[in-house]
Amino acid sequence: MAGFVRLIGVTKRFGDVTAVNNLNYEIGKGECFSMLGPSGCGKTTTLRMVAGFEDLTEGEVWVGDQLFSSPAKNHYTPPEKRNFGMVFQAFAVWPHLSVYENVAFPLRIRKLSESEIDQRTMDALKATNLVAAKDQSPDYLSGGGKQRVALARALAINPDVMLLDEPLSSLDPHLREEMRFEIKDLQMKYGFSIIYVTHDQSEAMALSDRILVMKLGVVQQIDTPLNIYNNPANKFVFSFIGLSNFLAVNQDGSSAQLPGGVALPAGVTVPDRLAGESVVSWASRPSEIDFLPADDPTGLHGVVNRKAFLGEIIDYQIQVGEQTLRVQKGRRDPGPEPGENCALRFLRPFWYKEDE
Amino acid sequence: MNTKSSFGVAQIILFLSIAILVVVVAFPVLLILFNAFWVEDHFNFSGAIEILKEPETFKALINSLIIAGMSTIGSTIVGTFFAWLVTRTDMPHKRFMKSMFLVPFMLPSFIGAMAWKMLLSPNAGFINRFFMDNLGFDGPIFNLYSYYGISAVEVMYLFPFVFIQVCGALERMDPTLEESARISGAGLFTITRKITIPLVLPSILSGALLIMLYSMAHFGTVAVLGIENGIYNIPVLIYERIHQSGGSFESIRTGTVLATVLVISAACIIWAQRKILGSGHYQIIGGKSFRPMELKLRGLKYPLMFFCFAYIAFTIVLPTVVIFLVGGLSTYGLSFTPENLSLDNFKFILFEYDVTRDAIFNSVTLGLTAAIITMFAGVMISYVIVKMDVKGKGILEFLGMLPFSVPGSVIALGVILAWSGQFGINLYNTVWIILVAYIARYMAFSLKANSAALEQVHDSLVEASRACGATMWQSLKDIVLPLVKPGMFAAFFLIFLPSLRELTVSIMLYAPTTRTIGVAIYTLNEDGETVISCALAAIALIIIIVGQTVINHFTKKESE
Ligand SMILES: Nc1ncnc2c1ncn2[C@@H]1O[C@H](COP(=O)(O)OP(=O)(O)OP(=O)(O)O)[C@@H](O)[C@H]1O
Ligand SMILES: [Mg+2]
Repeated sequence: MAGFVRLIGVTKRFGDVTAVNNLNYEIGKGECFSMLGPSGCGKTTTLRMVAGFEDLTEGEVWVGDQLFSSPAKNHYTPPEKRNFGMVFQAFAVWPHLSVYENVAFPLRIRKLSESEIDQRTMDALKATNLVAAKDQSPDYLSGGGKQRVALARALAINPDVMLLDEPLSSLDPHLREEMRFEIKDLQMKYGFSIIYVTHDQSEAMALSDRILVMKLGVVQQIDTPLNIYNNPANKFVFSFIGLSNFLAVNQDGSSAQLPGGVALPAGVTVPDRLAGESVVSWASRPSEIDFLPADDPTGLHGVVNRKAFLGEIIDYQIQVGEQTLRVQKGRRDPGPEPGENCALRFLRPFWYKEDE
Repeated sequence: MNTKSSFGVAQIILFLSIAILVVVVAFPVLLILFNAFWVEDHFNFSGAIEILKEPETFKALINSLIIAGMSTIGSTIVGTFFAWLVTRTDMPHKRFMKSMFLVPFMLPSFIGAMAWKMLLSPNAGFINRFFMDNLGFDGPIFNLYSYYGISAVEVMYLFPFVFIQVCGALERMDPTLEESARISGAGLFTITRKITIPLVLPSILSGALLIMLYSMAHFGTVAVLGIENGIYNIPVLIYERIHQSGGSFESIRTGTVLATVLVISAACIIWAQRKILGSGHYQIIGGKSFRPMELKLRGLKYPLMFFCFAYIAFTIVLPTVVIFLVGGLSTYGLSFTPENLSLDNFKFILFEYDVTRDAIFNSVTLGLTAAIITMFAGVMISYVIVKMDVKGKGILEFLGMLPFSVPGSVIALGVILAWSGQFGINLYNTVWIILVAYIARYMAFSLKANSAALEQVHDSLVEASRACGATMWQSLKDIVLPLVKPGMFAAFFLIFLPSLRELTVSIMLYAPTTRTIGVAIYTLNEDGETVISCALAAIALIIIIVGQTVINHFTKKESE
């Protein structure tokens, strides 16, 4: 996809703190792009720089062939001239205006004709199932209702780019899932690009064409949800997407063993690219570990600490030397009991540097 | 638990609380209403209307409305504008300006009026003279003795009521409400007009109503500035009638009818304010958010900053300096040269002149006593209202609202009616009647500070201590009291400091030996003792500013 929204070397410093460091990415037309990362990693700051609420310290923001921000070229287009739709976490619907007037506001600002305002407002209200509530004050709507008003208001101007900053995190869980699909449906219908900020990985996976994972202002990986899940670029990305186990492995010259004197199973080796590291991290997903017979030499040996029945799955905690790890199996798989020895086989192990 | 004894204690506390409010506030107000409408053993409503129709009373009524109306509109515009400037723009030195804009809260407006009289009185004011003598103006550039002049001075001292309310609302407001308007395409001017102002409108209105309430019943400014051109409002007319006639039946009756008008308008204002704050208050308080959006003033940045500094210099610094300078002159009218200025006046009023010495002593002792009594009474009453669950609490809740809505001149008239011997006790012409009036006047402050503090104390704290075997009194002493101390502390100073400069109530109640600082400043000024009165005003300002600084210091420590 050709880059429609382009961030080039975008950097933001607040005093000594670098909130966003040299961010580069491009988003295609109609693409849904998520920014994912823990609290304080700079997602909101990035989004606000795209929107124009925050100045850039360095770098450029382009949309299509228009330059929006560039401190080097001394260029800055204010947010009201950027023609974006934006939805905020706290809804930010105006309580002194009716639902209809909230949605019509951006159109009135653009001084459209009364008939066009009405038509586009009603379209947006229909798309978000708000027609029945159009004359109410948004104060009387539920959280989901308010968020729909915010969406409708952002849709009304038919924007090319929609910016969403944790739009669902004020909603309760089941409403959150419902709204996810509504956002996706609206995107299908209107064809805008989305930049979606969240710290909820399942939300990002469900919605996005591509995901950017960020840590302390630095990009860790940009890829499709599938690739992010299947090929995490580093330990941080691995841990942020899905459940994860990490076992530290000490290397001493050519030999490698786990703390507590546990040997690596036969056939398992540390990849060559990590040969120089004294400690490496052996990563696995709890669902991608099988139990072998307890005396199987090709397995990693441990003792079952705890076994918890969680409904569809059974969750095991296994002691391996000084470390523990989780294993999850379907409830039909009769695994070992607490106190018993076991051997584990890793279906898709990953190896990372310890401190990534 | 020994419910039996605590039941008794609760009843006693409730009874005491009701008794205090009835004796101090409700009874005097009822006497006013009674005297206004009950003539020669029957109810007489039309008589009251007749009195209002008399040219003088009617004029007072209209003047009160005009002055209150203009002051309210002016203060609302000024207060909202400055609040917006210091919270929503990138004007330099915003924090300093914000604290300066709150200074007029401390300054007594009648002292300000005296200063402005010296600066701008049509023929003798320093500024008017300067323009006439040096710049060739034919007449005064501004006539202070007019509705505009009086209202302008009121605005200078009342606008902080709107300013502080609107600042609070703007600071708490969720900035994304404005940002979403911005991304919708609205420019900052449109956002301010269509989003920001409407959202803080309830706060603006509630501040405006508060100003209306104060300026309707304000004595000082109008008394000082209105006298030359015969402009008087309701409190001034009440004062004149009562004073000139020495308490004749006719003047008392006129006074009570006028006071009734004040009570009714105050009640309406309080009602409207509650309504606005209750229903129209939007949920605009943000959760986690960034700094609020700042309007880049660009070219206007420095002009507006200079405008603010000029406003502060002109309305706050200049009058204060004038008071101090004139207080140092040996004779009013001399120029401010070093040889004419000395500390003699200050020495004279502090150590030699018995009128001012008595006034300072009276004000300090009255203030202390009123503050202590009102603080304890307020804590007890608030405790019943906020924390206790006893039968008959509703009456107390109703009585507890009264002090908020009774203006000072009404209280003064009420205590005259109640404590001049008709009911067996005659306190008239003693300090005690002023004390009773102060308690009534400042009860509202104490109730507000104490109930705010008590609302922070969770019921379960007391219940936990009772469950541990402590009696009600023990839990009060060991658990509740330490927790309400901040509220009591605040109440004490909220009463003590304003009472040092009180004028509206004291002026109606003073006798030759019971002048307060406010009364002494006012009467000395009326008698033409300008320099002495300014020196006393300067000393009052010093006490107030030092006191306020001490409180700010302590409250800051407390909140850290
Ligand atoms: N106006 C500011 N002044 C100073 N530091 C700021 C400012 N805004 C953000 N920061 C800092 O920049 C960093 C990134 O903040 P940002 O809000 O972008 O994180 P985030 O990824 O959106 O986090 P969250 O998930 O909590 O919303 C944080 O360390 C924050 O403290
Ligand atoms: Mg954020």
